[in-house]
Amino acid sequence: MIDQAPLNYLQAFGIKADKVVPLIWGLAVISIIVVVIVSVLVLVGALRRGRAFSPNPDAMPPVERAGSGLPWITIGVGLSTLVLIAAMVWTVATMAAINRPSRQPDLTIEVRAHQWWWEARYLSGDPSRIFRTANEIHIPVGPPVKINLASSDVIHSFWVPAIGGKLDAIPGQTNATWLEARKPGTYRGQCTEYCGLQHARMGFVVVAEPPDEFRAWWDSQLRAQASSGPHDGLAGGRQLFVQRCGACHTVRGTQAGGIMGPDLTHVMSRGTIAAGTLPNTTANLAGWIANPQTIKPGSLMPNIGLSGPELASIRAYVETLK
Amino acid sequence: MSDTVLTNRPLPVGSVDRRAAGWWGMLTLILTEAALFVYLLFSYYYIALQYGRSWLPNELPSFRLSVPNTAMLLLSSVAVWWGERGIKRGRRGQLVLGLAIGILLGIAFVGVQLIEWSEKTFTISTSSYGSLYFTVTGFHMAHVVVGLIILIALLVWAILNYFDSKRHAPVPIGSVYWHFVDVVWLCVFTTFYVTPYLS
Amino acid sequence: MAGGSYERSPRIETLGYDSPTAEMLETIWKTKSWFATVDHKEIGRRYIVTAFVFLILGGIEALVMRLQLARPESALLTPEQYNELFSTHGMTMIFLYASPILSGFSNFLFPLLLGSRDMAFPRLNAFSYWVYLAAGIFMYAGFAIGAGPNDGWFNYTPYASRPFNPGLNMDFYALGMILLGISTTVGAANFVVTVWRMRAPGMSINRLPIMIWGTFTVSFGNLLAVPAVSLAFLLLWLDRNIGTHFYDIAGEGHPLLWQHLFWIFAHPWVYVIVLPAMGMVSDGLPVFCRRPLVGYTAVALSTVATMVLGFGVWLHHMFAVGLPFMAVSFFSGASFVITIPSAVAVFAWVATIWTGRPVFTVAFLYFASFIAMFVIGGVSGFMTAAVPADLQFTDTYFVVAHIHYVLIGINVFAVLGAVYFWFPKMTGKMLDEKLGRWAFWFIFAGFNIAFLPMHLTGLMGMPRRIYTYPAHFGWDALNLITSIGSFILAVGFLLFLVNVFQGLRSGRPAGPNPWQGPTLEWSTPSPPPSYNFAVIPIIASRHPLWEDRLQEGPGQSSIRRGFVLDHGKEALASTTLDGEPDLIVKMPEDSYAPLVVTLAITLGFVSLLLHWWWIAGAGLSGVLLGVLVWLWPEPRLGQMTERRP
Repeated sequence: MIDQAPLNYLQAFGIKADKVVPLIWGLAVISIIVVVIVSVLVLVGALRRGRAFSPNPDAMPPVERAGSGLPWITIGVGLSTLVLIAAMVWTVATMAAINRPSRQPDLTIEVRAHQWWWEARYLSGDPSRIFRTANEIHIPVGPPVKINLASSDVIHSFWVPAIGGKLDAIPGQTNATWLEARKPGTYRGQCTEYCGLQHARMGFVVVAEPPDEFRAWWDSQLRAQASSGPHDGLAGGRQLFVQRCGACHTVRGTQAGGIMGPDLTHVMSRGTIAAGTLPNTTANLAGWIANPQTIKPGSLMPNIGLSGPELASIRAYVETLK
Repeated sequence: MSDTVLTNRPLPVGSVDRRAAGWWGMLTLILTEAALFVYLLFSYYYIALQYGRSWLPNELPSFRLSVPNTAMLLLSSVAVWWGERGIKRGRRGQLVLGLAIGILLGIAFVGVQLIEWSEKTFTISTSSYGSLYFTVTGFHMAHVVVGLIILIALLVWAILNYFDSKRHAPVPIGSVYWHFVDVVWLCVFTTFYVTPYLS
Repeated sequence: MAGGSYERSPRIETLGYDSPTAEMLETIWKTKSWFATVDHKEIGRRYIVTAFVFLILGGIEALVMRLQLARPESALLTPEQYNELFSTHGMTMIFLYASPILSGFSNFLFPLLLGSRDMAFPRLNAFSYWVYLAAGIFMYAGFAIGAGPNDGWFNYTPYASRPFNPGLNMDFYALGMILLGISTTVGAANFVVTVWRMRAPGMSINRLPIMIWGTFTVSFGNLLAVPAVSLAFLLLWLDRNIGTHFYDIAGEGHPLLWQHLFWIFAHPWVYVIVLPAMGMVSDGLPVFCRRPLVGYTAVALSTVATMVLGFGVWLHHMFAVGLPFMAVSFFSGASFVITIPSAVAVFAWVATIWTGRPVFTVAFLYFASFIAMFVIGGVSGFMTAAVPADLQFTDTYFVVAHIHYVLIGINVFAVLGAVYFWFPKMTGKMLDEKLGRWAFWFIFAGFNIAFLPMHLTGLMGMPRRIYTYPAHFGWDALNLITSIGSFILAVGFLLFLVNVFQGLRSGRPAGPNPWQGPTLEWSTPSPPPSYNFAVIPIIASRHPLWEDRLQEGPGQSSIRRGFVLDHGKEALASTTLDGEPDLIVKMPEDSYAPLVVTLAITLGFVSLLLHWWWIAGAGLSGVLLGVLVWLWPEPRLGQMTERRP
């Protein structure tokens, strides 16, 4: 199901979501039973002694008070209350169970929401191991990972349904949560607090991978890109990128150091572009660079009016950012 | 039930003191306005809790003008109450005098409050404290002004000889609003002038 | 008479609606001018018609959105268009339809149900309608010039603040909501005082129809809750226009202040737009089950309990903002508990059907299916009370499905049933039952086809408020079904409108009591005369017109024989708890003051929008002047002494 409906929350792959899925099912089953019972009672009660209405003056039978009917209320409300209490206990038990991660997280990722993309900063005691990336958050399978959630503009909400519930990213306050994936996989995330024009296309992915692969990924992300290279064609593209894109985007190792948009140092290692909107293919990349306003109207990335050769050259350079 | 109600006893006609619909209408107005001030003060305390002690201005609000001003407002309520008591006994002069004293004290309150505002070192747009201070006291000031308009209308009507011992429903209706404005001031005063010293 | 005009013993007589006294009453009470009328029935009808116009507008907005969402990656609407549409749709349905429609019914019905000649404040009543109309036009003016709200009906800051939202959109919405708040507040005050004072003798509080309980309760709720949202919007407007810092972090404000103020209002508001509707069902359903409502006292008390608890659950809209464990647990528990009073009502209705002898009128179909819709909306609410589950549900289509079962299921179904039930009283004509049944089945089927699968759309993770969605997320087929259902629903509404127009034009004459109803409104001619009751009736039970069959109390209500009040426009006030006669009220004549004051206020708000400060000041002065003229004591109203020199 996760392949057909990547944001569904009836299937769990993380410790936090694991406890919630049975609760959702349980509440859903209770709810369906209640709806069926009441609907049947209404239907049967009506059909049992009901009659069609014919528009003549004596159409309405005389009134009578046939029994007080009060036992319906006492029994019905009594049973409902018991069910409610059970549901409350279950809820509080679940809340307590997922209130804390199973152990103290070693790794902290600072996730900062922007209109309309996600920035992730991996923290480390060793300053040389700190780096930034965007829209694709890798975590190791197994240990909990702490997420410090902030926003640089409006309120957003961080949600990876397969791993856990939502938490808002609110300007002026840092909310903390954690991710604890049980199984390797690529899990879809999405902003779920309305945040403006491109709220719809503010997705991201969480890649949960075995710890050694995760470490290798981290190491590879630390690598800076060459500021100059032997190949002439690329040097032109790099220079153009710095000029035209560098005010907003960073590619570590070059003079492109903008912080308005996502860090693109290893953009080609990511599966999607434009905040989870498009698969990262050559054609999509070119389309996005040339015309972001068609793909995400209102996006803060402008159409910068590149000529055909300029576009090809920048795209070719970006494709080297592995 | 029908036995009691069908007895044909005389009923008062028109707006009669606290039986007038207007009296109950005024109480609903006071209820909703009281809720408004609860939310205003909630906003103050909410923001204050977010930022703590450092959020308050360096120079805490002083009692120099605010305490005498508070006393003045309370006295004006007493005067209005005294005037209202007069008209119940048919003493129109007492009503006129009470209202007039109440109005003068109310105007004095507005004057002192304007001085107090002008002495502030911050404005409504300096920070959220300034925004809250001027908005909440401004809201109260607006209520004082409305209260004064009501009292002045009552005074005019009293002078025009509209009221006697039986017909004076507008007097309790108007004056209870004025008392309400006083009580609100006590809450505003406590919030802005007293609580900073308690923390 | 002793004491001049200060007191009087009203005559007690038996009078018909064709007696000379009744004719005199008609000349006294007849509306003289369309713009100046203060007749609660006319105002109630205007409320209902206006609210239905907004319902249709909101429905058209919904259909356009459903076209956009029918398939993935649709480009029918730009993001900005979609965002304004869904925000305007919410604003329209929640603020301009759902509550005003109930105010309309309450306005029309209150005096008739209570045995009174009019509301406590007839001019204020007219005023609340005019301001409602002005606020609706004001907010739609923004939409018409492309500056409708674009941040949802909940309007979270900081997206609503100027740096992120520089247009006039938010200023229209903020000022419009404050304006509408004035209408809601004065309307609520009027309902409260009317129930408090304007009841027929003997109509003690244990004899009030449940609908009265509903509106009375939510009016108290409104008096306490509306200031929160008016303040929230005022502070937003100040932040945007004056440079204050209530919501912005840079100025030491906080965006969550908005959410608290908004939800302190908006959760009680949910009950505001359902409790009177539940009341209409509680009063209407028993008529078609030919028995009194089961558990009157329990239902009345549960109405009050729901409203009280409704003030204690606002934080459940904010479970995802990062709150302490204890706060979350408390509000989760409260949200569970609030379903108990609703369960009382549900079982009361079921028992009423089960122990009654139902007659399948169109109104009955709406009221009975309402119960099922109510339960569906209720249990999905119950599911969201469980915090860990809610952190998955919230801001997905599951909640969209929930809110529509609440708003359409609990409000619209009750309202449509109420239209079929009371249309004969309002117009004197019957609606065609056959066409009505067609309309009902289209509406019932369309609604459930559209919104039942939407729960699944939510479980499949579709977020709310997105203008489009990618294919292959498991949402394509579900969305198409919802879109198809929404158009079936629309066809049903079309049939309903045809039904109503046909009824107005050529409906069968209704007679005073076509359904053999129990309450006082059915004792008057249809439509009721301008003075409502020829004599003020005297009430001895909850069902004055069913007493022959039910033998409820010791005495008998006296409908034809009662107090004659014919010294000008007069009504009777009674004591609050027991309903003993207390005072003869002099009622105001038609007045242009409400309309004039409304125009002055609206001028003020338009000027605030455009920063014409001097004209805003002129508007304010106009309001003060108008109110002063309005309230100037009049001898005719018994507000001043007659012994003037």
